[in-house]
Amino acid sequence: MANKSKKFSRRSPFAAVVVVLAGLLVSGGSYVAATAAVTNTTKAEVDQATIDTGKKLFLANCASCHGKNAEGTANAPSLIGVGAASVDFQVATGRMPGQASGPQLQVKPVQFKQEDIDALAAYVASLAPGPEVPTDAYLAQSGDATHGGELFRINCAMCHNAVGAGGALTQGKYAPSLRNTSAKHIYEAMVTGPQNMPVFSNSNLSPADKTDIISYLQYVQENPSIGGDELGNLGPVAEGLIAWLAMLGGIVVITIWLGAKSN
Amino acid sequence: MSNAVTAKKKGGFLAGTANYLDERVGIAGIVKEFGRKIFPDHWSFMLGEVALYSFLVLLLSGTFLTFFFNPTMAETTYDGVFGPLKGAHMSSAYASTLDISFEVRGGLLMRQVHHWSALLFVAAAGLHMLRVFFTGAFRKPREINWVVGFMLFILGMAGGFTGYSLPDDLLSGNGLRIIDGMLKGLPWIGSYTSSLLFGGEFPGNQIVPRLYSLHIMIVPALILVFLVIHLFMVVIHKHTHYSGPGKKDTNVVGYPLMPVYVAKAGGFFFIVFGVIMLTAAFVTINPVWNYGSYDPSPVSAGTQPDWYIGFLDGALRLAPTGIETTIGNATVSWNILLPMIVGVGLLGVVAVYPFVEGWITGDKREHHLLDRPRNAPTRTAIGAAGVTFYAVLWAGAGTDLIATNFKMSLNQVLTTMQILLFVAPVFAYYVTKRMCLSLQRKDREIVLHGHESGRIIRLPHGEYVEVHEQADAYQIWKLTDFKEYAPTLARPNEKGIITVRARIRSALSKIFFEDRVSPVSQTELDAAKHHGELH
Repeated sequence: MANKSKKFSRRSPFAAVVVVLAGLLVSGGSYVAATAAVTNTTKAEVDQATIDTGKKLFLANCASCHGKNAEGTANAPSLIGVGAASVDFQVATGRMPGQASGPQLQVKPVQFKQEDIDALAAYVASLAPGPEVPTDAYLAQSGDATHGGELFRINCAMCHNAVGAGGALTQGKYAPSLRNTSAKHIYEAMVTGPQNMPVFSNSNLSPADKTDIISYLQYVQENPSIGGDELGNLGPVAEGLIAWLAMLGGIVVITIWLGAKSN
Repeated sequence: MSNAVTAKKKGGFLAGTANYLDERVGIAGIVKEFGRKIFPDHWSFMLGEVALYSFLVLLLSGTFLTFFFNPTMAETTYDGVFGPLKGAHMSSAYASTLDISFEVRGGLLMRQVHHWSALLFVAAAGLHMLRVFFTGAFRKPREINWVVGFMLFILGMAGGFTGYSLPDDLLSGNGLRIIDGMLKGLPWIGSYTSSLLFGGEFPGNQIVPRLYSLHIMIVPALILVFLVIHLFMVVIHKHTHYSGPGKKDTNVVGYPLMPVYVAKAGGFFFIVFGVIMLTAAFVTINPVWNYGSYDPSPVSAGTQPDWYIGFLDGALRLAPTGIETTIGNATVSWNILLPMIVGVGLLGVVAVYPFVEGWITGDKREHHLLDRPRNAPTRTAIGAAGVTFYAVLWAGAGTDLIATNFKMSLNQVLTTMQILLFVAPVFAYYVTKRMCLSLQRKDREIVLHGHESGRIIRLPHGEYVEVHEQADAYQIWKLTDFKEYAPTLARPNEKGIITVRARIRSALSKIFFEDRVSPVSQTELDAAKHHGELH
């Protein structure tokens, strides 16, 4: 009987294997699909000619520090695998090519046309896969600004200030103001972590979270304070200066005028 | 009160009313007493008034805010008009602050009026204290009123801080977290004290209603009590005045309260009110909607207290980290205790200074004539050193903003401030003292030789001299009318012993008065005049 019952067991010995396989296929497949959806932000096919143009630009403008094959030197890091997003952020905000060594690269007038930047980015992206330049879908301002604001305060405000006015870091480094930063560059900064900024990968902040953060910052950028001049959103220090210099200073001038009348 | 003035006229409604009041509450006597109170005219005497008027504005605007503020930490979901917080979970305190800002008619203006006038109140009180200090107005008989004024300043800080913490936004929560940290930094009693204040583990759900009681009831009531004492003492002591012909330690020269100062002060109230309203209308203060609801995990860059707590925040930032002593089962964190000792110590020195100076000079006379700061060089130098010390602590609270806005390294700014905290006051002391002595010498020069006229004449024997014009009598009075103190010697007491106390006093007296410039005496003046006439 025991044998029989074993023979007629409802489960085939391969059932477990089949289930595991199916589970793996489903989860792995959906993961692949999901990450493909995430990483394939721009799949505008780049042709070899663009990459070649990018390489020429790279050799002329970047290779002296980053090496002829972008392998990095003692002065600058390797760019293999940094991705197109990194190149677009650094060059299109004017940080690269760097002008002077210092605690941090400074923003300065952009030195390339966008098509040249795209070519440079295409060249660097062709070396090894990396974060891509986001499509407009990720930069839409339709995200949840409330959620974005909360995420911003938890993840970003300790360096960038609660409304992105910027703040100090150690040894002359700083988190820049985000008041005039475009949605695309904010997104690129989050995925590439330029300079002192950490990378906020998609498992840390999902693309939807990033869109929410961008929506929040866009709201703040486009809606000035309803209470009058914002004093740079620097908080109580700026307010204290106004109270002492403008208010009390102004009143002292008035008292001197009132006191002088009697003389 | 103007009724009483017209009461002499027969008949009329005003006269009738005045008479009615006089027969019932004796208003004639009150008006006679207060209406004839004399106040001298000088711009620096109006600084305390600015504080008083900002306090009135605080009371008015604060009352308005209490109608709409909901002091509870009960959780709610925001459903107001401000987009980036819609649907967020927050305390009712924060939600009602947002409603005051966005939905209550005139609410944001009133919030801004309240906050700006709070900053102005403490600032004006501080400046008023500096005026009193540098002119020696705290000397006998006004030492106690100095302490009362000091209490008002501390209460102003307390009122401000409790108000700063009420909206329960990220900024105010961060401020409370620092208070929590400081309390917990007290050895042995720290965690118990913190639990007592917050009603359990920080932040709990008690602190906002507790601060609210303090902020709208206890602190303002105490301020009112001390304010009444402060002003009452001004009436008792009469106002001080600056030296001038006919102005003495025994009189007050000025104008009566009625009608001159009632009109002047009334007008000045509206000027102060106007400055506050204008600022509140055009400049944002504490945009709570930017900070989001309080959550203990995030801290925004550029988190600072309001200016009057800044020196304590600066002390915390400048304190060296990592110094700890373990005593028994307690860890003494000096990086928290040292700043507290420095802050409290600085305030303590301010409170007792009049008594210390009185003891050193041994001057028991009444003073109603103010000193020109240069005529008390050591006091002025001590004041300058104190202001510098405070200013470095104050700037210490803004190290991050100094670093970013002036493109400097945060670490170097901090180190510089740490050094300046000790070096700058010493430097300020000596420079100020020397400046005062030089100004006194210049005054002597003007009194004895007059002003340079720029007119060069040639004497019969060929000598060229510049004609000096004699200073006028008013100026000579102003420049010569001050008391000279000399160092006191340590004298033996009845038992013939020179006590340590006497020696310390003598040594301090030497520091105070060893370097001094004497006022021009009548003999010197006469001699100079005689000499001048020879030319």
